[in-house]
Amino acid sequence: MTTTIEPPDLISPEQPGGPDGRPPVEHHDEHEHHEGPTGILNWLTSTDHKVIGKSYMITSLVLFFIAGVMALVIRAQLANPNSSLVSFQTYNELFTMHGSLMLYLFAGPFAFGGLANYIVPLQVGAPDMAFPRLNALSYWLYLSGSLVMMSGFLVAGGAASYGWTAYAPLSNSINSPGAGADLWLMSLGLTGFSAIFTGVNLCATIFYLRAPGMTMFRVPIFSWNMLVTGILILIAFPVLFGAVVMLFCDRHFGTHIFTVQGGGVPVLWQHLFWFFGHPEVYILALPYFGIVTDIIPVFSRKPLFGYKGMVFATMAIAALSTGVWAHHMFTTGVVLLPFFSLLSYLIAVPTGIKFFNWIGTMWGGQLSFQTPMLFSVGFLFAFLMGGVTGVLLASPPVDFMTHSTYFVVAHFHQVLIGTTVFAGFAGFYFWYPKMYGRMLNEKLGKLHFWFLFIGFWVTFMPQYLVGLYGMPRRIASYSPDAGWTTLNVISTIGAFVLGASFLFFLVNLWVSWRTPVGAGDNPWDGQALEWFTASPPPHHNYTHLPPIRSERPTWDYNHPEHRKHHHPGAQPLPDKETVGAES
Amino acid sequence: MPTSVIAVKAFTTRSQRSAPGSDQQPTPAHGRTSRVEATARGRRVRWAAGLALAAPLLLGGCSFFPTYGASRGATTQGQDTFKLYSGMMTTGIVVGGLVFLLILYTVIRYRRRSDEMPSQFHENIPIEVLYTAIPVLIVAGLFVFTVLTENNVDATQPVNATVTSTGSPVVDIRVTAFQWGWRFDYPGLNVGVAGETTNGPNNHGPQMVLPVGQTVQITLVSNDVIHGFYVRDFDFQRMALPGVTNIFDLNVVRAGTYPGQCSEICGLYHSEMLFSVRSVSPAAFRLWARAQVAAGHTLQLGGSSASNNPPLETHVTPSNALAPPSTAKGTA
Repeated sequence: MTTTIEPPDLISPEQPGGPDGRPPVEHHDEHEHHEGPTGILNWLTSTDHKVIGKSYMITSLVLFFIAGVMALVIRAQLANPNSSLVSFQTYNELFTMHGSLMLYLFAGPFAFGGLANYIVPLQVGAPDMAFPRLNALSYWLYLSGSLVMMSGFLVAGGAASYGWTAYAPLSNSINSPGAGADLWLMSLGLTGFSAIFTGVNLCATIFYLRAPGMTMFRVPIFSWNMLVTGILILIAFPVLFGAVVMLFCDRHFGTHIFTVQGGGVPVLWQHLFWFFGHPEVYILALPYFGIVTDIIPVFSRKPLFGYKGMVFATMAIAALSTGVWAHHMFTTGVVLLPFFSLLSYLIAVPTGIKFFNWIGTMWGGQLSFQTPMLFSVGFLFAFLMGGVTGVLLASPPVDFMTHSTYFVVAHFHQVLIGTTVFAGFAGFYFWYPKMYGRMLNEKLGKLHFWFLFIGFWVTFMPQYLVGLYGMPRRIASYSPDAGWTTLNVISTIGAFVLGASFLFFLVNLWVSWRTPVGAGDNPWDGQALEWFTASPPPHHNYTHLPPIRSERPTWDYNHPEHRKHHHPGAQPLPDKETVGAES
Repeated sequence: MPTSVIAVKAFTTRSQRSAPGSDQQPTPAHGRTSRVEATARGRRVRWAAGLALAAPLLLGGCSFFPTYGASRGATTQGQDTFKLYSGMMTTGIVVGGLVFLLILYTVIRYRRRSDEMPSQFHENIPIEVLYTAIPVLIVAGLFVFTVLTENNVDATQPVNATVTSTGSPVVDIRVTAFQWGWRFDYPGLNVGVAGETTNGPNNHGPQMVLPVGQTVQITLVSNDVIHGFYVRDFDFQRMALPGVTNIFDLNVVRAGTYPGQCSEICGLYHSEMLFSVRSVSPAAFRLWARAQVAAGHTLQLGGSSASNNPPLETHVTPSNALAPPSTAKGTA
């Protein structure tokens, strides 16, 4: 195959493909399309979004498993009162690194570096990301940042131990003198730039590299959400980087930005951090909403219900998310409570719209529960619970009673596991056949789901209760008199069930690698553009494109008899015969 | 759970101030009496509840406000917070439960039974408008209740006031959090109690003693890093921030001992940073204060104690002299 780069005019609806209207399906190994190196050298030098996307996914999953093991150690410590499984110092390092790895190095990068990197160019019909070399730089910054953070465990004094939020002045050089804290800050600088570059790339790709016919309102919701995520990254991460630089200066260059002694203001850190941190929550959530929004229509055999409502809801969430940061600071006593409370409440509205759109999509459909759909429905239940308790936390008085207790821990774990794990693995199971051209085992996938689902509820429901019983977060031990033991034991059992579910996932990957089952180009009867090309896609993704007349061009192409029911206002789609006639 | 729907309910919140010298009885922790009982001269706030919420209320053996695991509150402020929490929880269970059932119904009802292609509808504008508008109304209702409760919880006596507007005494307690322990100073009584963590199974931390039925004004400061003053049974916490003086009032209504704990990660012995609050009758409180002075547990000025507590000239002295004196009383 020599045509590695198609001139743009060939990627057009006028040049659709073979005589039957179906483009010639080409199953080639990805490497055949390259003139470049293969193997490890390919991985090191590639600027292909698919290679980089896979690298991102593998790296972030490895970090996810490391952080998950830390969580199990944390849970094991808390299973007994006055436990001494690990020391206080180790415990503080563990929960700090668990949170940091999960939030900075897994949840975000897995979505916007991994899945989005791979899928967005395919969905919008682009040959690659807008800036492929910048994309490669993003990955290498991310990998080096991750290694820098992990190396905190190797230095004297151990890793950072002030929580993933690094509140000043606990994080200054007096209270956290070790090099682990510096490495942590350094890592945020590196991965922060990685995220910013990816954000630039996503915005540019979706704005400028859409295929002919793909108007903004035909962009699949996953790509829409990645666009909004990209914009949020550009809003939030520079603030984090600024705060990190300031803290570093406080630690090493004698400034007093966050220390009272020199006239600084410790609470400024919280403002800066959460001005990043709350958009960050949606940087983590929006991609996963997008995944679910792409999956549910496919397994319902219907178009998405309320496409435009979904787009506007995403924009509303993003806009509101920049004005709610101080709801993390209600108990500081120095923020304007009603303002931040009202805006926080309002986020429930677009989130609710999304829920009803998901339900509306399934309503009247023909639902089949293959693994991706199963995980998506699991997401709905998990996120519902996390969302409802989130509404409670938007109320300052209720926040006064539950802030920094396990109630909040349970809330954000249900939100974040609902999104990053349930929806994230839904996306992984959904797009794995596209990425590797082979299926994952359904039985193992379902076992993975059910262990995860049961473990999830058993782990986190008791945490709400133990939080209401007064157990603060981030404590390494508690007294047997406190009455928290039983609930903690149940939670720990749940955590190990949850952890065990990933063994099925790993076995599934191994089985798929050892005894591959071919997937074909479109195993799920997919709707968006990525299901039109080969699995795995050839270098530069498309040799031909279908006409794009709605947000589900592949489905339109495969189901011409149903086209008329969809988007009556859209331009008429040429008949299948006409499409194929030219070649 | 047996539920019944009561569309409109009015309930009364307690005022945040108790009447002077009133032998305020501990409010019954359950039953309808707690919601209609109010102090003689307390400000009554009637909430025309349920217009937007229309919340089903759990009755039939349960109380008007189910606890859902929370404490009913040992302070008037905590009781207000608790009612808000309980009402919001009920709303959340109803709304969340309806969505839950809707999802469950959908995934069961519409599971694939044939290869027939379903109808390809993709919008229904009236329904979409409806499910946008209803959540707006729900959160608007929740917001109203939130603000009303918040105003009660955050209300404080003027700084340096020795009596409330109704003549009831105000007991000032300056709480200093430090790595790792607490110091409770009573400037008006020349009493100071401190305790550091003992890092062991017998660690209970220092005890703050305060009178039942009187207004206690807490002035919360931190000497080093951020700590969290958290008492579960008060349904309340507030951060102790270096450079900031946080002031809040507590009106304890029930005698008892309530465990408290630092709720903000503050370093190595964060989990050992315990304290407790013991509320006693005003007479017992006076006796306790005298005994403390006799025992030498007096106010320590000038930061000479082991906990290097800050000077105590006024209520609003920040923990560090270099910091601009910023006073926060919750929300202005």
